[in-house]
Amino acid sequence: MFSGYTQLSIRILTSLPLPCSPSVPLVATVNLPTPPPYTRQPTETGLTPCLYCQPSRQNRCLAHPATTTCNQQRERLPVLVILRRDLGLPPVSTTLPRRSSRKRKPSSDHSASTGVNPPPRKKVDVSGAQRLKKAALPATPTTLGSTAMDSDDEFSGHSSMEGFEEDAFDSDMSDELVSDMEVDADAGFDSQDKIIKPGRKAYEVDYRVYSPAEIRAYQNDQINDVSRILEQPPEATAILLRHARWSKERLIESYMDNQEQVLEESGLGEDSAGPPRFQQIKGFVCEICCEDEEGMDTFAMKCGHRFCANCYKQYLAQKVKDEGEAAHIKCPGDGCNRIVDSKSVDLLVSTDLKDRYQTLLIRTYVDDKENLKWCPAPNCEYAIDCGVKPRELATVVPTVRCKCSHDWCFGCTLNDHQPAPCRLVRKWLKKCEDDSETANWISAHTKECPKCQSTIEKNGGCNHMTCRKCRHEFCWMCMGHWQEHGNSWYNCNRYEEKSGSEARDAQAKSRQSLERYLHYYNRYANHEQSARLDKDIYLKTEKKMTQLQSSSGMSWIEVQFLEGASQALQQCRQTLKWTYAFAYYLARNNQTEIFEDNQKDLEMAVENLSEMFEKPADQLKDLKGDMMDKTSYCNKRRIILLEVTAERLKQGESHRSDFGTSEANSRAGAWEFNTDLSA
Amino acid sequence: MATAGANKRIAKELNEITREPPSGMKVRLVDESNVHKWEIIMDGPASSPYEGGHFKLLLTLPIEYPFKPPILSFQTKIYHPNVSNDDKGSMCLGMLRSDEWKPPNKILAVLNMARNLLVEPNAEDAIETSIAEQYRGDRKAFEKTAKEWTKKYANAK
Repeated sequence: MFSGYTQLSIRILTSLPLPCSPSVPLVATVNLPTPPPYTRQPTETGLTPCLYCQPSRQNRCLAHPATTTCNQQRERLPVLVILRRDLGLPPVSTTLPRRSSRKRKPSSDHSASTGVNPPPRKKVDVSGAQRLKKAALPATPTTLGSTAMDSDDEFSGHSSMEGFEEDAFDSDMSDELVSDMEVDADAGFDSQDKIIKPGRKAYEVDYRVYSPAEIRAYQNDQINDVSRILEQPPEATAILLRHARWSKERLIESYMDNQEQVLEESGLGEDSAGPPRFQQIKGFVCEICCEDEEGMDTFAMKCGHRFCANCYKQYLAQKVKDEGEAAHIKCPGDGCNRIVDSKSVDLLVSTDLKDRYQTLLIRTYVDDKENLKWCPAPNCEYAIDCGVKPRELATVVPTVRCKCSHDWCFGCTLNDHQPAPCRLVRKWLKKCEDDSETANWISAHTKECPKCQSTIEKNGGCNHMTCRKCRHEFCWMCMGHWQEHGNSWYNCNRYEEKSGSEARDAQAKSRQSLERYLHYYNRYANHEQSARLDKDIYLKTEKKMTQLQSSSGMSWIEVQFLEGASQALQQCRQTLKWTYAFAYYLARNNQTEIFEDNQKDLEMAVENLSEMFEKPADQLKDLKGDMMDKTSYCNKRRIILLEVTAERLKQGESHRSDFGTSEANSRAGAWEFNTDLSA
Repeated sequence: MATAGANKRIAKELNEITREPPSGMKVRLVDESNVHKWEIIMDGPASSPYEGGHFKLLLTLPIEYPFKPPILSFQTKIYHPNVSNDDKGSMCLGMLRSDEWKPPNKILAVLNMARNLLVEPNAEDAIETSIAEQYRGDRKAFEKTAKEWTKKYANAK
C-alpha cells in the first residue's frame, strides 16, 4: 500500500549483542526533532521474538534449546526506527529484522557473549572491506551518500552500504545487528513483501564501487594508521604492508614478534637516520656509469649503495616506465634486496613518472587485496569492493554493477551469469568450448563403438566395422557382434539378436545424453543470439524514437519506455541464457519442476516483449502502455526466478563439504546437481 | 647522460677485460666501431665434458646497458641444460634475467658465470628440460653426448 515510497529505516544499536539478558543496556542517542517512536512487533505466532537469538519457527531459541532463559525474556529489544516521517517524508511501516536463512550452529559463544564485553572475535574479524568503508567515508562523503541512496541501484537492487559489516562479522548474530543499519530502496513493486522483509534480495550481494582516487585515499589512510602503530615512516610502512599483502593484523603481530626479520624480509633492512637526499661526495666514482666528476649529485638509500643521481634516476625511470614495476623495485646495488620507497622515488623521477608510479601502486594494491577487483570492462577505471570470499562462491553468485553500468560477477569477473554459480559456469563454458558445434555434427554422422564407446564415423559403404581403438568388430546397422552375422555378411537383417539390441540401447543412451546437452545448449546459444538481435533492433528503434517524437508529438521522456524495454530484454535474456546452463547440471527432482516453471514464465514474458519490439515504429505509440506492462512483468519474473534460485543455492551452505550431490542438500531444500561442481 | 655514461662504462670494462682477460677466454669486438657486440672464445674448462673445445660466444649489450642485462649466446653448438639447443644458443638465467640484473653487475661476472655453468650446469633452472633430466638421472650418458658434441662442433682434438 505504500508502493512507490522509499522506505528508510535506520536502527541504531550502540551496545553489542547481549542476547537473552533481561538487563540489556541499550543506548540509542540520536538527535531528532521528535522523540523516536519505539516499536514492538509481534510475530505471526503472537510472540515477540528475541532479537538476538533469532528463535526458530517453533519459538525455541536455537542457541539454548534446553533453557528457558530466552523464552522468558522473549521480548524484542526496543529498536530505534527513523521513519521518513521523522525526516519530513510520508510515513511507512516499521520493519522486522530480517531472519537469516542460514542455519545457526548452537554455539557456546552465544551464551558466553552475555558478558559485558563484546566477543573478542569482533576486533580481529573486521575485514578490509569494513575498514575501507569506514576510512573512505570522510574522504568521499558525497559519493557514499549518493551511492547508498541512488535509485539507479535499485534495478540491481543493492543498498551499497549494508552488509560490508555482515561479511566482516561473518556469522552468528552479529550480522543481524550490524546489518541493522540499512537503507532500503523499494523497486516499485512487491511492496507488500518489501515491508515484511526489508533489505537486499537473496540473489544480491553487497559491494561498493571505488574510483582510483578513493582507493588511493583509503590506501593512504591505512598506511598512516599502521605507520602510527609501528612508528615507522609512512613510506616504509607502505612497503611493510605490501609485503604482508595488506593484512594489518598479521603485519603488526609479526612486527612485534620479530621486528628485524620483518624489516629484512620486506626489503627494508637496518635503519639509519635521515630522510632521503642527494649528497656530493669527494672522490666518488659511480659504479654504474664510471663517472667521477667533481660535485656530482649522488644518492643512496639507507642500505648505503650509492650511485650518481643520474644513474639512479635512469634506473628508476626504466623500472617504472618500461617494466611497469612499482611496489617491488629493488635498490640498484648488487645483491641488495632493499625496496625503493616512495619518498625516494618522488625525489628522483619526473612528474609524469610519479603519476605512473602511483597508478602502478594502486594497481598492485587492488591486485593484492582479495576484496577488491578492477571492473573488467574495457577502459573502465573503477574497482569494486565486495566481501564475498572464494569459498562462498558455491552458494552465492556475486553479481555487481560498476558505475560504468557493466554487470559482472565478482567471483570470476565474467559477465553477469546469475543464477548459475561460478563453478557451474566454468564447467559449462568448458564443455561448450569442446562440444557445441562438434556435438551437432557428431550426433548427425557418427555412432559409438559398442565396446569402447569411441566415436566412429563410417567412411565406406561396408557395414563390417572394426574399431580402430579396441579392434572390436561389429555391424554398423544393428550394432551387434559381427561374428553373429554368420554367412549373411554385408547384409544385416538380424534385428532381434541380443548383442545387437543391447548395443543399440547403450547407443541410444549415449545419444540421449548428447541430445540432452544440445537441448540446453541450443537454448543457451539462442538467448545469447537473440539478445544481440534485440539490441540491433533497439538501435534501429532508437532512430525511430526520434521520428516518433516528431510525428506523434510525444516528448523525449515519453519515448523512453523503449529504452527500459530494451534493457529489460537484455538483462532477462542474459539470465535466461544461464538458466539453461544451470538446468543442464540440475538433477531431476521436484524442485527442478519449480525451476523450470519459473524459467518458462520468464521466457514467455521475454518472448512476448521481444515480439512487440519488432513492430514498426508508427505502431509503437499505441503499444506504449502494453509494452511498459510487459517490461515490468519481465523484470518481475526475473527477480522471482533469481530469488528462488539464490535462496536454494544458499541452503547448500551448511553442506559445503559435499556440495552439489549429497542427499543432505536435497533434504535441506538446496539444489541437487547431477555432477560434482566442486571438482 | 645515459649514452655517454654507458659508453664510458663499456669502454672501461672492455679495457679491463682485454688488458687482463679471464683465464681460458679471448675477448674482442666483433666490429671495432661497435662496442655493443663482443666476441668471446671460451675454452672448455678442464675436467668437464667440454674440455678441449673452443666455444664461440656472442655478447650483445642492449642500448640501455647497464640498466638492462647483456644478452649472451653460444655461437658454437653445445650440449648443455642451460643453453638452448637451437640456432640462437641462448643462455638466460641468473643475472642475465632482467629482473635479477642490477646495473653495477659487470660483464666479467657474466663471463665467469657462463664458465662456471660449463663446469657445473644448473639443472634446476634449465632451458633444455630433457638434457637436464638426463644430467640428473644419467650423468654418464649426458657426459658422453656432451663430449661427442664438443668433438663434433667445438674442434676438440
